Amino acid sequence: MSRDEIRNTFFDLLRPYVRMEDPGRMTESSLLVEDLGVNSTRFVDVVLETEDRFKIRVENEDIDRFRRVSDAIDFILERRPA
Amino acid sequence: MNRVVITGMGIVAPNAIGLAAYCRALCEGASGISFSPKMKELDLGCQVAGVPQISDQVVHTYGGSDLFRHSNSSMKYSVIAALECWRDAGMHLPGSDSSTDWNTAAIIGTCVGGIDTIGDFVVPETNAGRARRLGSSAAERTMGSCMSAYVGGQLGLGGQVTTNSSACATGTEAIVNAYWMIREGRIGRVLAGSSEGAAVYLWACLDAMRVTMRKSNDCPRSASRPLSATAGGLVPSGGAGILMLENMASAQSRKARIYAEVLGGHSNAGGQRNGGSITASNPEGVVRCVQEALDVARTNPSEIDYINGHLTGTGGDTREIRCLASALQRPLRDMPWVNSTKSMIGHGLGASGSMECVAAVLQLAHGFIHPSLNCEDFHPDIADLAPKVPQVSIQAPCRLALKTSFGFGDVNSCVVLRRWDD
Repeated sequence: MSRDEIRNTFFDLLRPYVRMEDPGRMTESSLLVEDLGVNSTRFVDVVLETEDRFKIRVENEDIDRFRRVSDAIDFILERRPA
Repeated sequence: MNRVVITGMGIVAPNAIGLAAYCRALCEGASGISFSPKMKELDLGCQVAGVPQISDQVVHTYGGSDLFRHSNSSMKYSVIAALECWRDAGMHLPGSDSSTDWNTAAIIGTCVGGIDTIGDFVVPETNAGRARRLGSSAAERTMGSCMSAYVGGQLGLGGQVTTNSSACATGTEAIVNAYWMIREGRIGRVLAGSSEGAAVYLWACLDAMRVTMRKSNDCPRSASRPLSATAGGLVPSGGAGILMLENMASAQSRKARIYAEVLGGHSNAGGQRNGGSITASNPEGVVRCVQEALDVARTNPSEIDYINGHLTGTGGDTREIRCLASALQRPLRDMPWVNSTKSMIGHGLGASGSMECVAAVLQLAHGFIHPSLNCEDFHPDIADLAPKVPQVSIQAPCRLALKTSFGFGDVNSCVVLRRWDD
């Protein structure tokens, strides 16, 4: 799975949680909570869907790394089985 | 003391979604009871139930699938009914950035709330060591007040937002509680009612008690038989009914359409004495509840034109009728019109009282009495009542209605409604 494919899949799973007028404006540099308006309570659901879609495990201490979209993509690339 | 009127209603019932369809279904005697493959799979004795059919169109109308992402059936039913009620009351649906409405409260009761979330998801995941997979919404879907909290958030309500729970008296009790809040001037409006999910785990508990109907799995429409000699138990169901109770003066000042006035109501318990128990009513408690509701309503028993009974299709039906006759001090042949909405929609448990109050108000407002299905073999012990129980829909311009609900715990709740003529 290429970085582009991972980004597109991540955008898809993220879309229901995004609270901005035009989700099409999401970029890799977007901050998940501050820019995209992902409810901090629902953040854990984004993490669980990330685990399911990419077949990885995200530990509690890893969640803090998910600040920007690019952080999540980097983490997925790092952990995803080859 | 303020007068209290009903200015809006919403309904999710096994035989109809929405007021217009419900009114038509009641008038036509449309049964909402169907065979349940799930109950058969679980080897329950009763394999018929009343399950509201929520179409994609309804979901779209009331907020779309995003709104219901973090919900269960009891929450979904309550939000659909509450939003319909809100619109029906002539109120604009507020956006998420609107200001808080400090003048509206919500009392939305339930028997067991989100038991489907608990049974299908929380317990299996937790016991399998996967609590970390429960996600963010398990807590909000399992708390007892999940429905009122969900509705309060959708509508931005700033009055008391709470959930009552008094078994099968819950729905009527919510309306009685709301009546007192407005009558005493504590709030201007209350969304009052109840919701029960299509909760097979609750139905299994009733099945284990052998109080469900087991003899009509091949004929669902005939299964719910209140007042019948061959009544064999209740038919479980789910749904929600929500009513907008409002201070009459404020309703009139905003030129709201008024369906009916809530003249009075009362809730009590029989103390599980004198034949009462956790599952049976103390007859004296029932009689006192009705009489106190009439006293609050300043209504003479002879003025009651119609009773929407609790009438579940169990052995309690004949006892209930005797209690009602005693409370009204009227012989059976001189009783008001009586029917059982459960004959069409089954026993909605915590939701029953509110779904049936909506039915009672619709009948008052439209001048008809709906048929009580499946009592063609009327119970011989109360035979004199038979002419007062329509088996087809009749035109009957009733002025005053009494709604009764009774529940496990020997609890009772009654409300007196007056048709709005002004």
